[in-house]
Amino acid sequence: MSTDSRYLWQHKDLLGTSQLSVADVYHLLDLARSFQEINRRPVRKVPTLQGRTIILFFVENSTRTKTSFDVAGKRLSADTHALSQAGSSLNKGESLLDTGLTLQAMNPDVIVVRHSSSGAAAFLANQLSCGVVNAGDGWHAHPTQALLDCYSLRTAWDGAFEGKKLLILGDIAHSRVARSNVQLLHRLGVDVRLCAPRTLLPAGVEKWPVTVYGDLTNAVEGVDAVMCLRLQLERQQAGLLPDLSEYSRRFCLNPQHLEHASAAVKVLHPGPLNRGLEISDVVADSPASLILDQVSAGVAVRMAVLYLLATRK
Amino acid sequence: MYLCIKNALHLEALVDLVIEDEHIVTMVPAGHQPQPENCEIFDAGGLVLMPSFIDAHAHLREPGFEYKETIATGLHAAAHGGFGAVMCMANTRPVNDTAAVTNLMLSQAQKSHPHGPRLYPIAAATKNLEGRELAPMAELKEAGCVAVSNDGRPIQSTEIMRRVMEYAADFSLTVIDHCEDPTLADHWVMNEGEISGLLGVKGQPAVGEALQAARDIMLAEYLHLPVHIAHVSSALTVDIIAWGKARGISVTAETCPHYLLLDDSALEGYNSQCKVSPPLRTKKDRDALIKAVADGTIDILVTDHAPHALHEKMTALDQALVGFSGLDLAVTLTWGLVKEHLLPEDALHRLWARRPGEIFHLPTNGFAPGDPADFFLFDPHENWVPSEQNLYSKGKNTPFLGQELSGRVKHHWLHGKMIF
Repeated sequence: MSTDSRYLWQHKDLLGTSQLSVADVYHLLDLARSFQEINRRPVRKVPTLQGRTIILFFVENSTRTKTSFDVAGKRLSADTHALSQAGSSLNKGESLLDTGLTLQAMNPDVIVVRHSSSGAAAFLANQLSCGVVNAGDGWHAHPTQALLDCYSLRTAWDGAFEGKKLLILGDIAHSRVARSNVQLLHRLGVDVRLCAPRTLLPAGVEKWPVTVYGDLTNAVEGVDAVMCLRLQLERQQAGLLPDLSEYSRRFCLNPQHLEHASAAVKVLHPGPLNRGLEISDVVADSPASLILDQVSAGVAVRMAVLYLLATRK
Repeated sequence: MYLCIKNALHLEALVDLVIEDEHIVTMVPAGHQPQPENCEIFDAGGLVLMPSFIDAHAHLREPGFEYKETIATGLHAAAHGGFGAVMCMANTRPVNDTAAVTNLMLSQAQKSHPHGPRLYPIAAATKNLEGRELAPMAELKEAGCVAVSNDGRPIQSTEIMRRVMEYAADFSLTVIDHCEDPTLADHWVMNEGEISGLLGVKGQPAVGEALQAARDIMLAEYLHLPVHIAHVSSALTVDIIAWGKARGISVTAETCPHYLLLDDSALEGYNSQCKVSPPLRTKKDRDALIKAVADGTIDILVTDHAPHALHEKMTALDQALVGFSGLDLAVTLTWGLVKEHLLPEDALHRLWARRPGEIFHLPTNGFAPGDPADFFLFDPHENWVPSEQNLYSKGKNTPFLGQELSGRVKHHWLHGKMIF
């Protein structure tokens, strides 16, 4: 699909993948591809967003996403300012709304928010007039991650999503990456499968447009890609898992599993990796792995998102 | 001194109501009987006449949380909402587990509303609501408490629940239990189901409520004692209560207008004004609850009035406090069910006045000679929009804020005196 010349981006905020039309998605991915060219140049900076201000408001720990947005903003010559929970007044009891209003009073073009509460980005977007990018809200959504995953898959699959089979493996219940990807990939025509222990599946998953598997060997049968999710170690203490070794025995993706997949199978992981727990070393470092492509795509996709929101008329 | 309310619509019949001092003298078809001499006339002009309602479950926040609500503002909202009696829960600061706190509540009510609405405090079932030691129910009863409850802090220990029921029986205090299994979902945000799964928030399954209700009902049978199930939110709990009643167990139950009108789809978009405990369930639960209040499986309606300050709701969904402000709007909202033919009009009298009066031994007006002259006039046709300005409660936290509603309480008499 190519971008319609009459296309107009109309979103003040990027809060989730469900707000995007298929045309929005392809427009954004095309734009990211053109920004990816910049990332390969010796001088990786353009003046596109010169004089624009982007605040990175990360209330939950993150290094890679925050760095990725920071690099993306700077490559477009925007002024980026990072604020974390530790350094913010939220630690002094200031409410999320007051912190948001305070940041807005500094007249940023875009605020990028990472927050442990599902819906926090939508809450701020409703209250603030500047653009808001959801860089991950609780278990709910992580739209730029899903978009960069699509970017990587689009390249790996030569642009064809329709009819491809993709397995999302791991802690679906607590994963914003899974929710955003299921939503987006399904609409692009991908046949999505989930594989997890019953204790890590979300309520109502039977209504999702996916096929659910409890056994990894069955789940990988014929798939074109496997997306591994990070397992948070506290799930064991919460009584959702017996222990990590049993988890890895059932759900750690290893080369034997991939023998059942399509020959050209690709492996993704949003990082950071728990090697040996959800993904084996051999798989993570194999030619099938797109993990580092994802990181590089992340910068390009975030450049596209920041560009679209900061220059929206 | 006589008062005659003329041309009021009582259960679809136009009536004249004659009151002497604090009591009903007679209610007759309009124009059929000459009024007594010395009679003040009030022409109701065809407004709907209803007995003053009882709210058997409200949080008035005083002492301790006066920024959310005070007894004065809560009773003011009650007066304007058609409530002549309010039973207030014990989760204040300090908790209402001593006569001193009960006395303070009653004196605040007496000071601000000497002519009513009347306040009936509910004592804590256990000291400081901790679920460990029984509250001193003898002194609490003597001070004026009419029931005991651990509302807001469910009693986890079955042993303590049993002893609460036994000890309360010494004083004929009804035990009101907030049924929730706290081990099944701590830090929940909403009902567990399709919507919580999509929103990515922690859900609370309805089965937790039903399990605790089943525990209480089985204890009630074993001990031959009554129990009252608070704010029933799920179809499964309705089934458990119906089972208990069919076995002849002395179980009564309540639900709130919001469980009859809203379901968990209201939380799509993370609207924290729709966060409440127990959480809004599914459409199926809603339908079952409407049926249960219509057929009497659920005995009474209550508001579970839970006022909060704006900033406690204006935040991310998982950080927002639970509860709706309810006293101002409850009658209007439940009238909506009558208008939609989901409930007959007399069911409102039963659910909001007659049955709560029976369960908690409070006086009610059945419009029979000698009954207390507690009643209000309601305009079913007035359309209005609840706003921060026109709600009398300090708590503006209702999902119905800003929505056009139909029907409004216009005048209210208690003890034969017009309070507004």
